[in-house]
Amino acid sequence: MNGFIFKVEKFLDILLNKGGYKEVLTGLQNTMIIAVAGLLIGIVIGTLIATVRVMPKYKATVRAMDKFCSFYVGLFRGTPMVVQLLVFYYVMLPLLGLKMSSVLVAITVFGLNSGAYISEIMRGGILSVDPGQMEGGRSVGLSYGTTMMKIVIPQAVKNILPTMGNEFIALVKETSVVSFVGAKDLYLAFQSIGSGTYEFMVPYLAMAIIYIVIVCLITVLIRIMERRLSKSDRSR
Amino acid sequence: MIEVVNLCKSFGDNQVLKNISTTIKKGEKVVIIGPSGSGKSTFLRCLNCMEDPTSGSIIFGGVDIADPKVDINVHRQKMGMVFQHFNLFNNKTVIENIMMAPVHVATKKLKKQKRANLLKKLHLKKGAPEAIDTSVQEIKAHAREKAIELLKRIGLEDKADAYPSSLSGGQKQRVAIIRSLAMDPDVILFDEPTSALDPEMVGEVLDLMKDLADQGMTMVVVTHEMGFAKEVGTRILFMDEGTILEEGTPEEFFGNPKTERSKDFLSKVLI
Repeated sequence: MNGFIFKVEKFLDILLNKGGYKEVLTGLQNTMIIAVAGLLIGIVIGTLIATVRVMPKYKATVRAMDKFCSFYVGLFRGTPMVVQLLVFYYVMLPLLGLKMSSVLVAITVFGLNSGAYISEIMRGGILSVDPGQMEGGRSVGLSYGTTMMKIVIPQAVKNILPTMGNEFIALVKETSVVSFVGAKDLYLAFQSIGSGTYEFMVPYLAMAIIYIVIVCLITVLIRIMERRLSKSDRSR
Repeated sequence: MIEVVNLCKSFGDNQVLKNISTTIKKGEKVVIIGPSGSGKSTFLRCLNCMEDPTSGSIIFGGVDIADPKVDINVHRQKMGMVFQHFNLFNNKTVIENIMMAPVHVATKKLKKQKRANLLKKLHLKKGAPEAIDTSVQEIKAHAREKAIELLKRIGLEDKADAYPSSLSGGQKQRVAIIRSLAMDPDVILFDEPTSALDPEMVGEVLDLMKDLADQGMTMVVVTHEMGFAKEVGTRILFMDEGTILEEGTPEEFFGNPKTERSKDFLSKVLI
């Protein structure tokens, strides 16, 4: 027990007096930036893909787009995130002759990856909305796209909010692999604190606690959003 | 007003409508009746291309709207539709439901005009910029005014800011009817408008429909309400197995049905 308290004191010393908190804050910042930006990109990509996939498939262009989308989803769901990060960083960038910061690489890959998952979530959400809503919109002369954006997707989003919260939580936690391409996230911050003293027990424990706190905050946030959006469910 | 020529509709191998031709004139109240599975709803849904016809044409306003190249949305604005399950937008309040299409159509036109003017100013397009005499705010204010007027007509102005989920079935259907009225349609299609209602609420919806009929609205109604068909209809279409088996005025049809099938049908329904 004494040993543990000693370790905690040592950790706090590094954290507070030797500038460790700066690394943790940078890590926290990067983790959140990657997760949030990844989610936002994912929502845009996912909504687009889902819309294409539920479109009526009369036209050859729609069918071709649908094929491409299902290829995309298959590709990103079929490989681990780490592999995607590594391939993007060590294969795609040199081949294309591009230079990107590792945080930007992480955001891109997280966005592309979560786009694949969110597209399926969104597709389920769109299919859960009564087809009568689309018919109602079309019957007054609104286009397919307008009805989708203004009537169907808002209702779909309400239905999938809990699942989206899940996706966001998964993204936050998965950021712990971005150090593979050198992005300074929470994991790397605590790892470097630990390796300074060859003492990993307390840093990693602290890291776990921070992740749990973030996830709890997200859960509360989602709950609040759900309550806001449910106002049209029941009479006021 | 609507001319249906050789309309066919198949779902896979199942041919639901077989070579239907008929003309619906301005001011007519056409009531379509028939046993279930006879294709009445499909026929009605083909009229505004909610179901794409497999073959044949539907001439509305001088244009064949069954042609996939036609911008169907423009024509649907003049062809209202009322559904069995109301299909009000659940994420919008009552007044937003009514205002949505008129506001959308008018703002779209405004944006197009503004874009054209911009191009003209930049000399990318010939001609002088046209004067724009409206704004988005004005369009919205105008639509709101009209929506409130329509709500007053059905006595639901106090429900303007309520969501559809808080309305009764009859109220929902009446809102759905005035939602289609907000576009000033030339014709309204009714797809079994009272079938999903509690018996108590059927009356209020039928009353509103009668009211519309009295004002000269062209109506095409699929219904099981024989009383309504008799009282309001100017022409009855009796459909069975994807064809129009018999047609005539309500007096002719109900008083003296010609075919065995329609006699059989009428003997089974309560009038």
